[in-house]
Amino acid sequence: MNFDDTPEEAAFRAKVRAWLDANAPKHLEAELRAASFGFQGVASEDPIGASKAWQKKKQQAGYACLHWPKEYGGGGFTPIERVIWSQEEGPFSALSAPFTIGHGMCGPTVMAWASEEQKREHLPRLASGEVIWCQLFSEPAGGSDLAGLRTRAERTADGSGDWIVNGQKIWTSGAHNADWGLLITRTDPDVPKHKGLTMFFLSMKTPGIEIRPIKQANGQQHFNEVYFTDVRISDAQRLGAVNQGWEVSLTTLMNERLSIGSGMPTGFPELFAYCMEAQIDGRPAVDDSGVRSKLAGYAVKASGLKYTAMRAITALSKGQTPGPENSIGKLVAGASMQELSMFALDLMGQGGVLDGEDQTQANARFQTMLMRSPASRIEGGSDEILRNIIAERVLGLPGDIRVDKDVPFKDIPTKGRG
Amino acid sequence: MDLDFSDDQKQLRETVRRFLTDRCPSTAVRAILEGPEPYDRALYKGLADMGLLGAAIPEEYGGVGLGRLELCVLAEELGRADAPVPVSSSIYLAAEFLLIAGSEAQKQAWLPRLASGEAVGTFAFAERAGRVTPAAIQAKVEGGKLTGVKVPVPDGDVADFAVVAARSGGEVALFLVDLEGPGVTREAVETIDPTRSQARVGFDGAPAEPLGAGAGWSVIEQVLDRAAVLVAFEQVGGADRALEMARDYALDRMAFGRQIGSFQAIKHMLADMYVSATLARSNAYYGAWALSTDAAELPIAAATARVSATQAFQHCAKNNIQVHGGMGFTWAFDCHLYYRRSNMLALGLGSLSTWEDLLIERMRRQNAPAAA
Repeated sequence: MNFDDTPEEAAFRAKVRAWLDANAPKHLEAELRAASFGFQGVASEDPIGASKAWQKKKQQAGYACLHWPKEYGGGGFTPIERVIWSQEEGPFSALSAPFTIGHGMCGPTVMAWASEEQKREHLPRLASGEVIWCQLFSEPAGGSDLAGLRTRAERTADGSGDWIVNGQKIWTSGAHNADWGLLITRTDPDVPKHKGLTMFFLSMKTPGIEIRPIKQANGQQHFNEVYFTDVRISDAQRLGAVNQGWEVSLTTLMNERLSIGSGMPTGFPELFAYCMEAQIDGRPAVDDSGVRSKLAGYAVKASGLKYTAMRAITALSKGQTPGPENSIGKLVAGASMQELSMFALDLMGQGGVLDGEDQTQANARFQTMLMRSPASRIEGGSDEILRNIIAERVLGLPGDIRVDKDVPFKDIPTKGRG
Repeated sequence: MDLDFSDDQKQLRETVRRFLTDRCPSTAVRAILEGPEPYDRALYKGLADMGLLGAAIPEEYGGVGLGRLELCVLAEELGRADAPVPVSSSIYLAAEFLLIAGSEAQKQAWLPRLASGEAVGTFAFAERAGRVTPAAIQAKVEGGKLTGVKVPVPDGDVADFAVVAARSGGEVALFLVDLEGPGVTREAVETIDPTRSQARVGFDGAPAEPLGAGAGWSVIEQVLDRAAVLVAFEQVGGADRALEMARDYALDRMAFGRQIGSFQAIKHMLADMYVSATLARSNAYYGAWALSTDAAELPIAAATARVSATQAFQHCAKNNIQVHGGMGFTWAFDCHLYYRRSNMLALGLGSLSTWEDLLIERMRRQNAPAAA
C-alpha cells in the first residue's frame, strides 16, 4: 500500500503542473478559493467569459474533456490521467461549472447515439467551451420518477418528419447560458411510461422556448423552468429510435455516476478550523468532550469518503474498473454537510442566526451551507433514490414493486387526494 | 496510488477464508459460547500451523516474517468468522509489546512460542470501569514484586504470561509476568461475549520483570494504536458478515406476500449498513497503510480506523437483528453472536468515546503545533 504515483503518473503530473503553472488564470485564484459553497466565485469579470476563456485555453493544449477521444475535441487520456488532472487543476476546476452538465452528461450521450457527422459538428465545440449544453430532463411531474414526464413531442402533419414539442421542464441548471439542450419527451402516451419516450437535442434559441429562472429556497437562482410552446425540431436531431428514449437517457444517467475523484465537499475542514477558534467557557471548542465526539463522527465520514475515492483511483491506476463503493459519495457528503452546518451554528449560539456580510467569512460559510444543503440531498438522485440504487445494484435486493409498470401512460393516475 | 492489498495478500485472504469456513462455522463458535472451553484450541493450532500467528513475527523469532498487512488480512477473516481464538491478545498486543519494547532475551523466550501457538500472551491494563488513564493504574511493582488486581484481562484465564501496566516509582511502566508463577490468582469472568474469554487476575507479590529496558505510557499508546488498526479489520470483517446475513434474510423471508427485501424500509436500512461498512473499510485501509509503513500519521490513522470500524460493526450488527425481526432475537439464530462481538470489540481497546477524544486531540495537535 502506498500513495505514490507510478513513474508514468508522476511524469504526467509534473507535465500538467508545469503547464498549469504557466497558463492558469492566477488573477482569479483568490476569488475562486474564497467562493463559498454553491458559487463559481468569479465577480471581478464576466463569470461565463472567464469559464469559456479557461476552457478554450485547456482545449488548445489538449486538456479539455481529458477522457474524450481526440477526434471529438477531447484529450484522449486514460482515466487515471484524468484524475491526476483534476487533482492538479485545484481551484481552477471551479471555472468548469458551466460545462459540467455538457461534458459529463450531454456529450457522452451525443457520443453514444448521434451520427458521425453530428458528433464531429457538435462535440469539439462543446469540448472547447465555445457552446454550453443543458439537460432538459426533470419536470414538475417527473423528478425521481423521471419516466413520468409529460412534455409531448408529436410528428407534424406536413410530411417533413419534424416534431412539435409542448410542455415544461424544471430544475434545468444553466439553461439561461446554454446554447444547446438534450431533451427527453413523450412520444407515445398509449404504452407504459418507459416505452413511449424519445430523446432529441436542440438549439436553445429555437423559437417557442421560454426560460424562466427559479428563485430557490436559499434565495439564489441557479436553475430554470423551461417552457416549450409549439417548438419545432427536425427528426435529424433525434437520438436513438422513436420510443427508445429511456434507454438513451440511461447513457446520460450512468455517466452522471461515473465521475470519480470529483469528491464533493463535506465541510469538515471548515468546521474543524472553526472549532479551533470558537470558545466555550473561555476554552477552544475543540477541547470540549461533546464537541470532540461530534467532530470525530464527521472526521471519519470525511476521511472514509477520501479513502473510498482513493480505492477507486487505485483501481483506475491498475487499469481496472472501480467497484461500486463510490456510489456512497453523494449520499454521505450531502447529509453530512447539512448536519455539520447545523452543529456549527449551534456552537455560535443565538449568534448562529446571523447571515449578513458583517459576519466573519467562516460564519457565513456555515449559514450558506445550511441553506444550500437541502438541495444536495435531492439533486442528481435524491438520498432515497441513491439508497434504492445501492440496495438493488450493489446488494442485489429486489426492485420496487411498480404499480404503473404495465399501465398505458395515459391511464396512470395523476391526482393524490380528491 | 495503491490503496489495496496485493494479489498475494488477496490470495492469502482466500486461503484463510476457506480454512475458517471449514474449521470455524457458527457451530464451532457456539461450542465455545455454550461449552466449558475458553477458546477453540484446535482452530488456534490450525492458524499457527498455517503460519498465520507468526505472520508478522520475524523469522529469527520463529515467525514467517511477512508483515502487518498480512495480519490485517487475517484479522478481517477472524472478524468475519467470529472466531473464538485469542489472536488479538496474543498477537496484536503481547507480540507487539515484545517486538517494540522487549529485550532480546524476552523476545527469544516468548515470540517463538506465540508464533507456534504453544503459548498465549495478553495485556493486563484495566482495573475498573472507566477510561484507563495513567492515574487509573493502581497496581504497583516494588522490589520486583507486582501487587494489584486487573479486570477484565482478555484471555487472562488462559494466557501463559501478561504484559502488565503497573506503577513503579510513581510512573506507569510495563512488566512481564508469568501467569503460571507464584502470587497469581485468576478466574474467568462473565461477559457480554462469552466466545472470547476474559478474566480477573490478582497479583500478590508476583515476580515481575521490566519489559525491555523500561517501557512506559508512550509504548502503551503505540501498541494500542497498532492493535486498533488490526481490531478495526476484525470489525470490518464482522460488519460485512452481519450485512450479508441481513441481506440474505431479506431475500429469503416473505411477508405481506413479498420478499421483505423489496420494502424500502428494509432496503434503505441495508443501504445505510453498506455505507457504514464501506466507510469503515476505506478508513481501515488508511490505517493499514500507516501501520505497515510506520507512518508518522499512524496515531490519527489508527484512531480514524478504530472509530469508523466501531461505528460500522455496531450499526450492522444491531440492524442485522432488526432485519431478522423476532427470529433475530432467538438464541438459535446467529445474529446475537455478531451483536455480542460488535459490542465487545467496541470496548476492548478503550471505548468509542475514548477513541473519538484521541482522534480529535491528535488532529488538534497536528493542526496547531504551537498550541500543543
